[in-house]
Amino acid sequence: MTTKQPIPGIAASPGIVIAKAYVAEAESFVPELASAANPAAEEARLDAAIAKARAELEAIKNDAAARIGADKAEIFEGHLLLLEDPDLIDGIREKLTSDGVTAEYALYETAQGFIEVLQSMDNELLRERAVDVKDVSGRIMSHLRGVPHASLSSIAEPCVVVARDLTPSDTAQLDLAYVQGFVTEIGSRTSHSAIMARSLEIPAVVGAGEAVLAIRAGATVILDAVEGRVHVDPSPERLAEYEAKKAAYDKNKAELALLKDRPTVSKDGHRVELAANIGSVKDLEKVLDNGAEAIGLFRTEFLYMGRSSLPTEEEQYQTYKHVLEKMNGKPVVIRTIDIGGDKELPYLGLPKESNPFLGERALRFALRREDVFRPQLRALLRASAHGNLKIMFPMVAVREEWLAAKRLLDEEREKLKAEGAKVADRIETGIMIEIPAAAIAADTFAKDVDFFSIGTNDLIQYTMAADRMNETVSYLYQPCHPSILRLVQMVIQAAERAGKWVGMCGEMAGDETAIPLLLGLGLHEFSMSAGSVLPARRQIASLSREEWKAHAEQALRMSGHAEVKEFVQQQRRSVTV
Amino acid sequence: MISQTFTVANPQGFHVRPTKTFVEKASAFPCKINVINKGKKVNGKSSLSMLTLGIAQGDEVTLEIDGEQEQEAMEALGPLFGQIHE
Repeated sequence: MTTKQPIPGIAASPGIVIAKAYVAEAESFVPELASAANPAAEEARLDAAIAKARAELEAIKNDAAARIGADKAEIFEGHLLLLEDPDLIDGIREKLTSDGVTAEYALYETAQGFIEVLQSMDNELLRERAVDVKDVSGRIMSHLRGVPHASLSSIAEPCVVVARDLTPSDTAQLDLAYVQGFVTEIGSRTSHSAIMARSLEIPAVVGAGEAVLAIRAGATVILDAVEGRVHVDPSPERLAEYEAKKAAYDKNKAELALLKDRPTVSKDGHRVELAANIGSVKDLEKVLDNGAEAIGLFRTEFLYMGRSSLPTEEEQYQTYKHVLEKMNGKPVVIRTIDIGGDKELPYLGLPKESNPFLGERALRFALRREDVFRPQLRALLRASAHGNLKIMFPMVAVREEWLAAKRLLDEEREKLKAEGAKVADRIETGIMIEIPAAAIAADTFAKDVDFFSIGTNDLIQYTMAADRMNETVSYLYQPCHPSILRLVQMVIQAAERAGKWVGMCGEMAGDETAIPLLLGLGLHEFSMSAGSVLPARRQIASLSREEWKAHAEQALRMSGHAEVKEFVQQQRRSVTV
Repeated sequence: MISQTFTVANPQGFHVRPTKTFVEKASAFPCKINVINKGKKVNGKSSLSMLTLGIAQGDEVTLEIDGEQEQEAMEALGPLFGQIHE
């Protein structure tokens, strides 16, 4: 067979599988309109079918709870609830009585009504709830008809399941001894089946379109759920390529999994903290899944964006409290509002500036607009009672700004106390170092801040005077340039002399070339995107802090970025070989 | 009958979990509970109907409660709209 194009889809749960296709038949029974002689008898049939569906769902729920955890099995609690939903169940009963139709027809019509409304919703999460109604009504229907509910649980050889869509109960019942992955025509990353695939840790590609339906049963399939591709009947070369890829992927995954709940320690026993950056509560799951030891940067801008008015204090309080509670005592560094620059809020009606990155952004804006800033500070203070909160102010250039922010915070704390609100006795408060002036004069801040967090994206932009949105000057984004490394060193040394800690929350903290140098320079906390945490932990475990202290000193004296990068790579090779 | 309007705080709107919490609480009350969003009114004891309202963050949702224990029901249910759920 000639080489065929792979089928593109959404990588919903990562992994690579090579196996035969098992094609799941779509079940779609549409009852005919038929009148029933005895509505009471139809209602009794309906009740019996619902009772059987309930017993079945209870069993699936318990089984799923044992296999994938109670939280994921909640889906089936939702299904059980649907069996009691007054509008659904009473709707069927009413139709039975008023129209004198069969239970099958009344069920189909009523369920279909809800399915159609849900499918037409704008919100993807709600559209997917149509699947739940289909799953549950299909289950009742099969009991009404006395035919077994189609199930994939009878599969008995290794395969990739190919289906139009998988219901939550289909997915939960997959026998993982045989089913190695699945691909579906419809669905998204947030479909139930995608979420379940991730909890079951079974590779899945969803939303791959109609091409999926052409896959024959028994065809050899490569399911590349890393890139989001499906190869059908691959050439021998392609097969060999993927066998190697799969082996490497599986080995890497196994290694990283071992590191998940471990502390981050260098080869010579130096401990650092690996944290994650988040932009909203939606990112929390990834933070916990990847074994981050803290949240090093919670950007609060999302609370203010994509809406038409300011969020209230209460709304913010609930969000911060939620994040702190989910982190269960682990540190959470929340950065106060950082708008301006490339982040605009139309409803504030801020004037256009000719140099927004050098204008009234972040703390500069917050200090002038106390009506915006004070409610955020109050929300943070109130939330501090629910976990390990640290507050961070962005874009500090001079000491007066830091002192002004701190004063507002202290004032709000006193007010809250007077109101009888609960506030943590001590909240670490620090500043972001992203303006060269603050880096150079870090010692003048070090006395009275609790920590620094270096924001490298802006620090590099301002040090190089290169707009990070402008592609023609993007070559100046050089995190390992000696100028940047020297600033980082100045900040760490200033903090250490005052007994304070330093984190980093820009892209650089998760960069594998920068990590050895940062470890050598003595950085205490590295905050990065959640997906980088485990690879960084593995890398740090292979590095010697003492050796990199000397290497970093050498790098600081080099002439440029390229030389530093080359040097780091050389050192890493000489150790690993 | 009493009615009151609330702003929805949850970033993902009033989707499955908050709806479930709401419906469970609502079902424990004897009074009639209606939820209104963007002009559409549904039974607050049906999660399915609640979902069809497509309640998003920032939406102004009105609770209309009528009958026995209506005040208690309002106090128990209203605040759910202002909370962050998973």
